[in-house]
Amino acid sequence: MTKMSKKTIIVFSGDYDRMMAAFIIANGAAAMDDEVTMFFTFWGLSALRKTQKPAGVKSDNSFLQNMFGGMLPKHAEKLGLSKFNFGGAGRFMMKKVMKSENVMTVAELIETAQEQGIKMIACTMSMDVLGITKEELIDGIEYAGVATYLGEADEANVNLFI
Amino acid sequence: MSASVEELKAIATPVVVDARGVSCPGPILAAKKQIAGVTVGNVMEVLATDSGTLKDIPAWCRKMGHDFLGSFEEAGAIHLFLRKAK
Repeated sequence: MTKMSKKTIIVFSGDYDRMMAAFIIANGAAAMDDEVTMFFTFWGLSALRKTQKPAGVKSDNSFLQNMFGGMLPKHAEKLGLSKFNFGGAGRFMMKKVMKSENVMTVAELIETAQEQGIKMIACTMSMDVLGITKEELIDGIEYAGVATYLGEADEANVNLFI
Repeated sequence: MSASVEELKAIATPVVVDARGVSCPGPILAAKKQIAGVTVGNVMEVLATDSGTLKDIPAWCRKMGHDFLGSFEEAGAIHLFLRKAK
């Protein structure tokens, strides 16, 4: 009988297809009774943004930080494809095929990940650089830095950078 | 160790997981969800249409410590059988 093990995934990319891969691996591992930690940094943070931007939240972001925040994808389903995106038309077509093939969307995969108790950590340094505030991100996630990720990776037998 | 189709069909399966039409990782998510309700020693049947499950359910069983009994395809669906071992 195999014992429980642990997997860590660094989600750096903000591409829709790469995000699917990251969450499918994470959910698969959790379904196989593994402990899973996902560490979201830079462009990967966009996937954790709430569908609705919270109203009336004042941030002390600079003009440049706000500019980054404004240009980033608004939430997980707005991420672009790494290939054939064509300004979102490619993503639209792929999602149409995914629906007909009953493939889970990134939003559904994130929901399942939360149900399965997958630990999601947002990198606070890249949040600062990109002007992303905690209020903009989904509930139930943690906030930390590289030492936390390395501590988790030390205990894991698989570590991916996506 | 794989049982014949006749042997598999003869097994009483109190729990059937219907993962037909669902793509990866749906079938193992469904299996994980339903195995909790199975008594140790009993057999669970997984119904799927994604051909990847032919390899995935046995791999899931190895990792989870359950006994994979075998599978057969009938009327466009894959029937996979496993015995809960712990």
